[in-house]
Amino acid sequence: MSDILDLGAREIARAVVAKKTSALEIAEDALARAHARDGAVGAYLTIVDDVAREQARRVDAALAKGANLPLAGVPVAIKDNMCLSGTRTTAASKILGNWVASYTATAVQRLLDAGAIPVGKANLDEFAMGSSCENSALGVTRNPWDLSRVPGGSSGGSAAAVASGTAAFALGSDTGGSIREPAAFCGVVGFKPTYGRVSRYGLIAFASSLDQIGPIAKSVEDCALVYEIIAGADPADATTVERPVERTLDAMRDDLKGLRVGIVREFDLAKLEPEVRAVYEQAYRDLERLGAELVEVALPTADYGVATYYLIAPAECSSNLARFDGMRYGLRVEGVDVGATYEATRAAGFGDEVKRRILIGTYALSSGYYDAYYVRAQKARTLIAADFNTAFEWCDVIACPAASSPAFEFNAKSDPVSMYLMDYYTIPMSLAGLPSLSVPCGYVTPSGSAKPLPLGLELTTPLFAERALLGVAYAYERGTRHAEKHCPPALEAVR
Amino acid sequence: MSVTAAAGDSALQVNGGAYEAVIGIECHVELKTETKMFCGCRNVFGSEPNTNVCPVCLGYPGALPVPNRLAIEAIVKAGLAFGAEIPPFSKFDRKNYFYPDMPKNYQISQYDTPFTRGGVVSFWLPDGTQRQIRLTRIHLEEDTGKSIHAGSTDGRLGGSTHSLVDFNRAGVPLMECVSEPDIRSAVEAVAYLEALKRTFVALGVSDVKMEEGSLRCDANVSIRPTGASELGTKTEIKNMNSFRSVQRAIGNEISRQAEALSRGERIVQETRGWDEVAETTIVQRSKEEAHDYRYFPDPDLVPIEFAARDIARLRDELVTLPQPRLERLILHDRVSVVQAHQLIDTPGLADYYEETVALSEAPQATLNFVLGELSRLANETATAVASSALTPKALAEIVDLTSRGAINSKTAKDIIARVWSEGGSPAEIVEREGLGQVSDPAAVDGFVREVIAAQAESVENFRNGKETVLKFLIGQVMKTSRGKADPKLAEERLRALIAGSDP
Repeated sequence: MSDILDLGAREIARAVVAKKTSALEIAEDALARAHARDGAVGAYLTIVDDVAREQARRVDAALAKGANLPLAGVPVAIKDNMCLSGTRTTAASKILGNWVASYTATAVQRLLDAGAIPVGKANLDEFAMGSSCENSALGVTRNPWDLSRVPGGSSGGSAAAVASGTAAFALGSDTGGSIREPAAFCGVVGFKPTYGRVSRYGLIAFASSLDQIGPIAKSVEDCALVYEIIAGADPADATTVERPVERTLDAMRDDLKGLRVGIVREFDLAKLEPEVRAVYEQAYRDLERLGAELVEVALPTADYGVATYYLIAPAECSSNLARFDGMRYGLRVEGVDVGATYEATRAAGFGDEVKRRILIGTYALSSGYYDAYYVRAQKARTLIAADFNTAFEWCDVIACPAASSPAFEFNAKSDPVSMYLMDYYTIPMSLAGLPSLSVPCGYVTPSGSAKPLPLGLELTTPLFAERALLGVAYAYERGTRHAEKHCPPALEAVR
Repeated sequence: MSVTAAAGDSALQVNGGAYEAVIGIECHVELKTETKMFCGCRNVFGSEPNTNVCPVCLGYPGALPVPNRLAIEAIVKAGLAFGAEIPPFSKFDRKNYFYPDMPKNYQISQYDTPFTRGGVVSFWLPDGTQRQIRLTRIHLEEDTGKSIHAGSTDGRLGGSTHSLVDFNRAGVPLMECVSEPDIRSAVEAVAYLEALKRTFVALGVSDVKMEEGSLRCDANVSIRPTGASELGTKTEIKNMNSFRSVQRAIGNEISRQAEALSRGERIVQETRGWDEVAETTIVQRSKEEAHDYRYFPDPDLVPIEFAARDIARLRDELVTLPQPRLERLILHDRVSVVQAHQLIDTPGLADYYEETVALSEAPQATLNFVLGELSRLANETATAVASSALTPKALAEIVDLTSRGAINSKTAKDIIARVWSEGGSPAEIVEREGLGQVSDPAAVDGFVREVIAAQAESVENFRNGKETVLKFLIGQVMKTSRGKADPKLAEERLRALIAGSDP
């Protein structure tokens, strides 16, 4: 009946533009499906029924007047650290209370202008700090492939929404891997564009110099479609670049002939579990089979990525999160005076991981420690970016695992550092600002389980080479068709 | 405003030894831009509270700052006006501290890369000495909101039951000018601030109104034996809300430190607030409570790089600056220091004066009319001299008619008042209405005889040696002649005719 929802974003928009269905019909179906399915998965913190219907009516009216809307009627999940005017926006934190955004983020507005229908606000690790979604203070999101496992994070709700079929695509945000890792864990495509490509205006900041919005979708093509809509300079974000956004949809290629794929020497697959390693070795062979030449490249400083990241990101977050003080919006816990109110509000409002990072960042910026930590981390960041530049003299794209394992079980990573290491393969690209994505590359079935779990191949190109990156990812996706081999059991159950 | 002489600036003595004050001033000047520093909200004073606000200046989640190009250009111009260096690379930093009137709990400011470095502020003291104070830097930052403490009798925090915050001011562009510790007295401090104000107003970058808070300043004050190279322990004086309070607060603090040293006490490094009512400074914060602001480059803003041609363009856009004009007036035109400042510090007056002087032959008379009659009329009618109907050309005519003796000064004033409101050519008015000065002795004698006949008693008193009566009799001659008699001739003929006539 509502099979159209299982199509890609492009097909849905085509059907709506061709008047085979209406945006309102799709909105109703998508909302019904979200309400029916999301109990088990928990992808959403808020399902925005009224906003969805209102937007669908607007889209239908615009289509009736002949508007050309590339995302007409396409249901989208929006990570709940992005503002959508009139909806509760929480960053999955208690400190925002029931704050209702008074304005809409630029990237979200561009989707609305293109005809997309917001289904809901997707769960995340509190303030996007985490790699499993377990740090959400407001809800649990389960991996649609195995409900006993995490969806990844921080954009876990976004990835789970797409994987469970309640949204055709989602917006996520990626600071150190927060789009790519959950996309890998949920068997979907997650794409982080070059830093500065997509406006951050209306994205609740975690680490401003790293945060970047990007799409999570069922296919590379849909990622390209969404990317073309949300990318481009924004006068409201001084860090967006004026550079024109190249078309990407017409860059989709059938093979990888003539392409040099860099395999990073330091990312030794031998460190991985044998089944996981086998999947990645096969992935590299598939790249070769499709015509690519594999070359070894070196990223000697990549090992310092996690340490570098965990100084820079907390430093920025310690300042970015200072505004949550109970004075103007969100949670307020009264104390005897202003100072006590600040302390009580922030003690009650922030979760442990957020507090940990604020403390680390405050320390790293403190007088006497600034040069030893923050300045040194910035120097390391420069070196890491330089390593990538050198590597890209030898290759066109770098391929590596998106994560060292498939989705893990809840509470499996109780030690913060083991959780931080989940982003080992994604952080260096974030520090260098590079465009990077995760595309499904196979499955592993953990012992004692009958449920296959997806893995993701991470592909990375030089700055602003989104066109090349998406073209390569498309050829790999089309040449391997992993996404078609299995579907999440959570979906099978409802079919 | 003008440079005024001030009392209480006498030489400093501590236990018989000569001491000098060492003063550095940090002042915050709100820029007069259309919009705020990092958002599109209007930058105006006096709106209803919290009406010029948006997600950016309220620090809402997800909002981002975008720098105001015109504010950056304004600060560069301000630096260029004082001969400062404009470094090719600048950036904004975050200054982190919690305060309820600061929406983000950090202030976007500049730490180690100010837009301007160095420069010199030159000015005259009322006694005619010229001073030069070096600038350390001028940097750009955003203003905070304004806390209003309610429920207390005096609007202060102490005793208030709650506080209200007006965010209209939050995000207003603010330049912070930091001077080197080159200032040596309270009078100099005020003259320095007046020089800054004069330049910023001329550049159009700020209104510099202390009463509206668009100029706020803190002073670092210490004293040391005259000629010593080491600095004494300083205190920071805050809460000075007018030029007058700057002068009194600094003067008071210098005396306090001198007295403390005289008693053998040590000066404690601390922040002291000026209490306008008690006329004294009060300890606010000691050094131990100093903040660690955890400055770091603001990752929401990209570094700003200036090309040489940008700087050259801004230099070309600089208006005529007050300091070189003052120098020309004082050193070349020989206008007194006080009068030169009067001309420069009244909007449009120096232009008007210079245009008139160029057309007339009597610079001194022009100056007297401009600073006297014209300034009086400008005040009375609350009109700028330049927007009255009296053009520099008309004034020049009046000046020349007067200096040629064609009209007397009373007639000149009457004509100025008429042309001020009605316009027209003074020469034609004189011609048409026969207002020309009567300088013919025979004609003046006619008026004098009339007065002698009518004022027998006064004439008698004069004869008996009461010299002061003469002024009255001259006045009577002027009245009888309907203001046209040459007053000098009238006096001469009165004396002659009274002496030559019988009692």
